[in-house]
Amino acid sequence: MNGAVAQDYVIAVALVLVTVSATAAALTRDPMRQAVVLAMLGLCLAVLFTLLQAPDVALSQVAVGTVVTPLLILLTVRKVRGTSSGGDDGRRR
Amino acid sequence: MTILPFLSAGWIFLAGVYGLVTSRNAIHAVGCLAVAQSSTYVLLLTVGYRRGGTAPYFTDTPLGTRVVDPVVQALALTDVVVGATVTALLLGLVMQVRKRHGTVDPDALTGLKG
Amino acid sequence: MSRTARIRLFWVAAAVFAVAYTAACTGLPRFGTEVHPYGTRAVTSALHRHTANAVSAVNFDQRALDTLGEESILFAAVLGTIVLLRRTRDERVGQPTAGRVLPSTRLLGLVLLPVTLLTGVYIVAHGQLSPGGGFQGGVILATGLHMAYVAADYRVLKRVRPLSVLDVADAVGAGAFVALGFAGLIAGGAYLQNVLPLGTFGQLSSGGLVPVLNAAVGVEVGSGLIVLLASFLDQAVEVRSQDRSGSGGGT
Repeated sequence: MNGAVAQDYVIAVALVLVTVSATAAALTRDPMRQAVVLAMLGLCLAVLFTLLQAPDVALSQVAVGTVVTPLLILLTVRKVRGTSSGGDDGRRR
Repeated sequence: MTILPFLSAGWIFLAGVYGLVTSRNAIHAVGCLAVAQSSTYVLLLTVGYRRGGTAPYFTDTPLGTRVVDPVVQALALTDVVVGATVTALLLGLVMQVRKRHGTVDPDALTGLKG
Repeated sequence: MSRTARIRLFWVAAAVFAVAYTAACTGLPRFGTEVHPYGTRAVTSALHRHTANAVSAVNFDQRALDTLGEESILFAAVLGTIVLLRRTRDERVGQPTAGRVLPSTRLLGLVLLPVTLLTGVYIVAHGQLSPGGGFQGGVILATGLHMAYVAADYRVLKRVRPLSVLDVADAVGAGAFVALGFAGLIAGGAYLQNVLPLGTFGQLSSGGLVPVLNAAVGVEVGSGLIVLLASFLDQAVEVRSQDRSGSGGGT
């Protein structure tokens, strides 16, 4: 049963990483930076899912969470800033 | 370590919703929604975990091995991919709002505009 | 509602949620519990249907109707995004300038592009045996194709990406899932019932309907995501709004 207990600790570490990065992602106000933190969250989630014996979910999480979602956010930021001629984003700070 | 994993899922959900409520940028709000959504995956998979179990594939593991719950994995799996496309739909809406109203601050969007 | 009122309401709701959720968690079976009644039954049923990957068996056999709902959401979301991001009359298309790409990046992309696409196809095809399936394989196929954008530039990506074909492929994938459901009805069973020959356990052709549905979902997810990313790239890289000096304006 010793191996199972050791596995519990590894899962606990991954869980802490996920919780911390999720909190950081929610509190990062700048969408550009948030995209990067979300990519990190996606990676941590993928590690956690692998440890929870769910390679299927980890596989889609690693592709979606670290590539697709941050990329979509970055493209949206680029589009929104591209048409705002700069002034709009500075106003909100 | 008995109910802590479930509580951390609850914390992630609240963190995501907090970001959503206090958001001043619709793109940031969509990102926070993705965070809140990921809490459901954490909850589902921690509920379905079986101590000492392996992944539910029997290609090279003998039948009758202890495995974790495949039902919750199936639930989370489809939602990860579908969630990404819904995020894309919301970001598309943000782009349209930006084009029509000239802002992405949800608080500045007061009233209906043609 | 004002901003302060909204945040105050959030804290009240969060406190209620935290208390109720914690109380609910204490009533759950403990983390890592031995008792998984649904899981045990799902595994038994999956093995009965000669599907080695129990997760795929749940998704595409036991709960195939739920997956039909999920992939309909996916299809609707892709469709909605395309409609939202179509080019409007006051927008014109600018020619994106090609950036400089390091030769090593170009070489790496050139080597990795076929490898990633092959991996995607492999993962879709082995969904009934090993971790994988239409959803994951489709995502890998879609992201793998964008290696062309990383390695070369936007114009190369446009050349390797026949959008009109992929539009149709997305719809065909979604339609094929619905149509395959009728196989069960024709064979005298229920909608989406697994009526195909189940094959030998552990073989590529095992699982009956599972690999076929996996392929349909793989085509749909792959082409859907490529189309989705294409309309986003289109907006961000190519389309320039006519009105650049003002702040948009409500038309």
